[in-house]
Amino acid sequence: MLAAEALELSSGWFLENAWLIGLIPAIGFFIIIGVGKHLPMKGAEVGLATMVSSLVLASGAAVQWVQRTDSADGHTEEAAGAISGFVRSLSPQAAEGGHASEPFIEPVVSTWVWWQNSGLEFGIGSSADGLAVILLWLVAFISLLVQIFSLDYVRGDRRYTHFFAALTLFSGGMLIMVMAENMVQLILGWEIMGLCSFLLIGHWWEDYDNSRAALKAFFTVRVGDVGLLVGTAILFFGSNQWAVDNLDSNGFDIAAIQAWALSGDPSATNWVLIAGAASLFIAAIGKSGQFPLHTWLPDAMAGPTPVSALLHSSTMVVAGVFLVARIYPVFWQGFNIDDGGLSFIAIIGGITIVIGALLAFVQDDVKKVLAYSTVSQLGYMMLALGTGAWLAAVFHIFTHAFFKSALFLSAGSISHSGSHHSFDMKTDMGGLRKFMPVTFTVWIVSTLALTGVFPFAGFWSKDEIIDNVGDHGYTFLFWVGLAGAALTAMYMTRATYLIFFGEPRGAAAGELHGDEEHSEEFEMETLTVGANINAPAVSTPVPAGYADGDHDGVTDGLTGGVGSAGDEPHGGSSHAAGEDGSDHHEGPHESGPHESGPLILVPIVILAFFALFSGFTNATPLGEDWERVKTYVEPRPVEVPIDQYLASGPGESLRLVVPNAEEDEGQGEEAGEAEHGKVGCGYDVPEPGTACFFPAVTHAEPTINKIFLSLGVVAVAYAIAIAFNVAYYGRKNKHLNGLTQRSRPLRAGYLFLENKYYLDYLYENVIVHAIAHPIAKGAYWFNQHVLDATVDQVGETTKKTGIWVYENIDQKVIDGAVDGSGHVASETGHALQPTQSGKVSQYGALLFGAAAVFAIVLVIVNVS
Amino acid sequence: METLTDQNWLLTVGVFLPLVGVLVMMFIPRNEESTQKLVGIVTAGATLAVGVFTLSAFDYGRSEDLQFFVDAEWIPVINSNYTIGLDGISLPLYILSMAVTFLVMVYSWDNMPDAGNPKAFFILMLILQTGMAGTFVAQDLILFFVFFELVLLPMYFMIGVWGGENRRYASLKFFLYTMFGSAFMLVAFIVLYYNTGASSFGFAHLVEAGAFIDRDVQIWIFAGMFLGFAIKVPMFPFHTWLPDAHTQAPTQGSVILAAILLKLGTYGFVRIALPMLPEGAKAWAPVLGILAVIGIIYGALGCLAQTDMKRLIAFSSVAHMGFVMLGISTLTTFGINAALFGMFAHGLITGMLFFVAGSIKHRYHTLQINKLSGLLVQAPHLGWILGFAAMASLGLPGLAGFWGEFPVILSAYNPGFGLSEVLFRTLMVIAAIGTVLAASYLLWLYQRTAFGEPSAEFSNASSEGGVAHSLSSAANEHDDHDEIYDVTPIEWIAWTPFLVAILVLGVYPQLLFKVIDPAVTALVSQLGETLG
Repeated sequence: MLAAEALELSSGWFLENAWLIGLIPAIGFFIIIGVGKHLPMKGAEVGLATMVSSLVLASGAAVQWVQRTDSADGHTEEAAGAISGFVRSLSPQAAEGGHASEPFIEPVVSTWVWWQNSGLEFGIGSSADGLAVILLWLVAFISLLVQIFSLDYVRGDRRYTHFFAALTLFSGGMLIMVMAENMVQLILGWEIMGLCSFLLIGHWWEDYDNSRAALKAFFTVRVGDVGLLVGTAILFFGSNQWAVDNLDSNGFDIAAIQAWALSGDPSATNWVLIAGAASLFIAAIGKSGQFPLHTWLPDAMAGPTPVSALLHSSTMVVAGVFLVARIYPVFWQGFNIDDGGLSFIAIIGGITIVIGALLAFVQDDVKKVLAYSTVSQLGYMMLALGTGAWLAAVFHIFTHAFFKSALFLSAGSISHSGSHHSFDMKTDMGGLRKFMPVTFTVWIVSTLALTGVFPFAGFWSKDEIIDNVGDHGYTFLFWVGLAGAALTAMYMTRATYLIFFGEPRGAAAGELHGDEEHSEEFEMETLTVGANINAPAVSTPVPAGYADGDHDGVTDGLTGGVGSAGDEPHGGSSHAAGEDGSDHHEGPHESGPHESGPLILVPIVILAFFALFSGFTNATPLGEDWERVKTYVEPRPVEVPIDQYLASGPGESLRLVVPNAEEDEGQGEEAGEAEHGKVGCGYDVPEPGTACFFPAVTHAEPTINKIFLSLGVVAVAYAIAIAFNVAYYGRKNKHLNGLTQRSRPLRAGYLFLENKYYLDYLYENVIVHAIAHPIAKGAYWFNQHVLDATVDQVGETTKKTGIWVYENIDQKVIDGAVDGSGHVASETGHALQPTQSGKVSQYGALLFGAAAVFAIVLVIVNVS
Repeated sequence: METLTDQNWLLTVGVFLPLVGVLVMMFIPRNEESTQKLVGIVTAGATLAVGVFTLSAFDYGRSEDLQFFVDAEWIPVINSNYTIGLDGISLPLYILSMAVTFLVMVYSWDNMPDAGNPKAFFILMLILQTGMAGTFVAQDLILFFVFFELVLLPMYFMIGVWGGENRRYASLKFFLYTMFGSAFMLVAFIVLYYNTGASSFGFAHLVEAGAFIDRDVQIWIFAGMFLGFAIKVPMFPFHTWLPDAHTQAPTQGSVILAAILLKLGTYGFVRIALPMLPEGAKAWAPVLGILAVIGIIYGALGCLAQTDMKRLIAFSSVAHMGFVMLGISTLTTFGINAALFGMFAHGLITGMLFFVAGSIKHRYHTLQINKLSGLLVQAPHLGWILGFAAMASLGLPGLAGFWGEFPVILSAYNPGFGLSEVLFRTLMVIAAIGTVLAASYLLWLYQRTAFGEPSAEFSNASSEGGVAHSLSSAANEHDDHDEIYDVTPIEWIAWTPFLVAILVLGVYPQLLFKVIDPAVTALVSQLGETLG
């Protein structure tokens, strides 16, 4: 038997100091806030510097992680013959037979004591593993590009410094969350992002709509956060004892929670896991804009475009997906993903794909189209996680970040230089491809990537999701995924057509809307669907009377009289804030559309490059050698002996040793005996003394038929959409125009979408309104008229009793008996007059105070 | 529990030094206002210096033991001793009381309430300081009671003389309501005394002997203490004095009231009611928990209904103290630790919010939320500080409030000593929903007051017109109420320590948990000896 040889994995400075990646932007935030205004570039240079350092560190960590993985795999290959039994149990469906002997690559953990309670010490620090490293790099990379883009885009903004400060902290929050080694640190990063989204969405808070959108974003996510708090509590107390006993860790430690969920320990009962998983998933719903808490995402478009690009690609909204991916074993066990049951996550994901995509059809604001597109794509990620396609979900986070940020920044470029700060596709765009060739190219590349056209990035990741969903037995959701892909192709065609083809309209044609001339981005960015009512250039299919009439008269919950402000047209009105808007925009306005400057173009071209090629990092259909992400990111479902798991005590780096051959041979035999066909981590209880950190997910084998099926669906969708758009917008086909007004069912459907399924109405006008008005007022009425009145009544009664006693008993009976003289009685009455004005209590107080002082004197006398 | 008697003069000096200042101020004529203020501030500063020295002399390795312990004969007739000592539970609050008093007095340097008379005002604050500090170091029930009640008077006068229009009603209500509770508390103390052999009022003795009292008797004694402490906290439904007192009190009074006085009640629960009456505490724990959670939701709803900013902050105190009480009611180390952290954090954060409210009142002469708008435009720093404090108050991680909120919610999942898990888990979920309401009322407040454009009434008040930042107008702080000026230097001096502490404790909570945890662990294991 091979001796239990300790396998030393390579580590490195970058992996061990990954915590710097999150700390640097956090410090950068304070520097910008503190001295940013006095710096030559108003603090932007600090933001850029922190992002560059984070990117360098993250790149170093990524390289070292690859080396670490290679060092383990290389070692394994050397000893391949001897440890043939050192097997990761494979399910029959598993396609990747060749990696059977991959060892578990343990994360590199560095922590310090952050807080303690009940004698347990909880850490803060970094845990670098494949998932963390790829996202750290991604976040740093996208953040850097977005900040470069912002240099030009928000130049001259009245809160330029604050903008960069918040943007930097925003990235810092995501980085802190991604590297979290425990749940509390994860919550920290999670909430920092919530704060920054509040600051950034409400960046132009002079305008009421913006501050309202900021509030809504924070508040909606906060509703989900109830689940995060509760879920963390459940998992902490569920796993703490096991973690303390077995891993010398605690119930906040993410690795401990992973291992506990898969341990089959009696404490990891179904009830605890389901409750924990469901609670945490509620948090993910809120953060990642899943149905039914997706309503804040489109409103969040009120923020500047770079914020949308960052928020919708690599930070904030993927936080929920990341949460699920991070502690995947809990969801795996809690929702019985291993059994192929229809999991809660998959259902929500599936619904979100479709409802998001449908909503994207009725948006006229290009940013809102992209926002709903994000909702839909997040649905894909959740769908994948819910059906066991962990790798596909993570890969889709990776590719989606590139093309979605590219699309948002292109939209920013268009509004910056092409449509005079308007985002309305119908009133202010059209035919822009001639004026903005680079932006147009980027947009097309990213759109092709988003819609999953071969060989763009989205093809590899989205197809892998759809493929795996079908492969894992979810036939219906497989078709939902395909339908979503078709819808994506259609709404993106619509948007592309409206922006870049046809005749230029409005600002794109060089027209400026009268008095709107100097009402700048902050106003225009909030332009919403309602604005198309004022659009003369296009015959819009807006049913008469839909507009805001549906909303007016219904007062907004919190603010009493807002209506659903997101739908209010305010295109023509000049804002009070409009006057000072001009100071955040520089340079002369060319009246016509033109291409943006290099600071804007360079970032989007780089992103487009990645949108084109990043899919090849895990091009499953091309063979195993192309599956880089899988090799380096997906944790291996291997049983790791616990006794060799050295506690990740604060200040130390976690080091564990791969299992030796002896133990695993036995494991291999047992695996063969298992009944249900699926074996290994996540299916079987790990051997005593070992722990699993990741379930043995299966991977679909790509087949040429499926690839052609999905490509075919997309192609057909494109064909239909192009034909329709040309007919509808280009030729103004009479049969199609105004269809939603003529056909009742279509109109109803349109209205239903236009009103976002009435969810906002439900939340704002029913729930929030009820809490803010009748319930809060009722509670306060109870406070004043019941509780407080009781107190006052008691006081009054006491006072009256006193007066009565004084007048009737003291004066008439006692005093009368003692003295018998009315004269004395009246004297006393005079002296005690203040009783009725309450002064007697002051005398009482003085008396009491004298006693207290006396007591103090006694103290002093006695001590000495 | 051992006691350390090294340097035991420290606490006595720390507690009574303010009275020396009072004595000095008595002999300074009333019209020498600057001298009065200076003497007051110097005294408070010296007291704080003693506090800082205490911090450095404290043995953190033994924070579960009483340190600087003094046990001198005081009133032999009733076996009451002058027993004082400091452990990890009382140390943070003791220091906080000194720091807050000092900073409030600094703030008063040029923010005297309208009634004037700094001599009386500063003297009262110094007496208040002695009462607060004494309460936290007292280790004898009678001594505790004396200090506990000593606090009432200065606050009564501060509200009654320097308060708002309705000050007499508010101050009387505050005084009588609290006295009402104290009466029951005193009776409870005396019954406890006789039930433990009438030999001592010392805490150590009562903790040891109290456990042997019959369970039913314990429940009755606890009821008396509950009234006294719950009114002070205040817990629902005994909270109605608080909004009135806070709204009418001068800024200084509100800050001290929120930062320290409310903590006397929760401190009483942790220090006296729980360890001395374990069985009573266990029987009462579900009641405490339920009332605490009602307080969380109810306080938040009360906030949503407010039109006055100061009253809103007062109601938020009801909600936050609900979190503290929920932590205490779990009878677990986890919960009580979090509750103590929450007390400290609430003191800093709500104190800060009241400071900001006071400054807004000073500038705008109103706290009506619907009249205030665009604070960030007219006084950007003030607006930022309000936002910072609001974020801390709603429990954002990275700021102090989080550590008093999140672990409390967590601890309710697993209450101690066989308390009903179903009940406490339900409470946990409701308390977690309370955090959403906290976010809603605070952000809503912030949206209405800080965001937007200044309302027409005040839009011309800024020296440079509506949008311009009015930093430069900070120079004109004296009585030129037509100007909306930003944070003044004195305000910065008084507020910076609060802001720094909120941030530092939020980023590195171990600073406080390290001190509290061993003491609470010892306390809960003491409980465990009786309750198993």
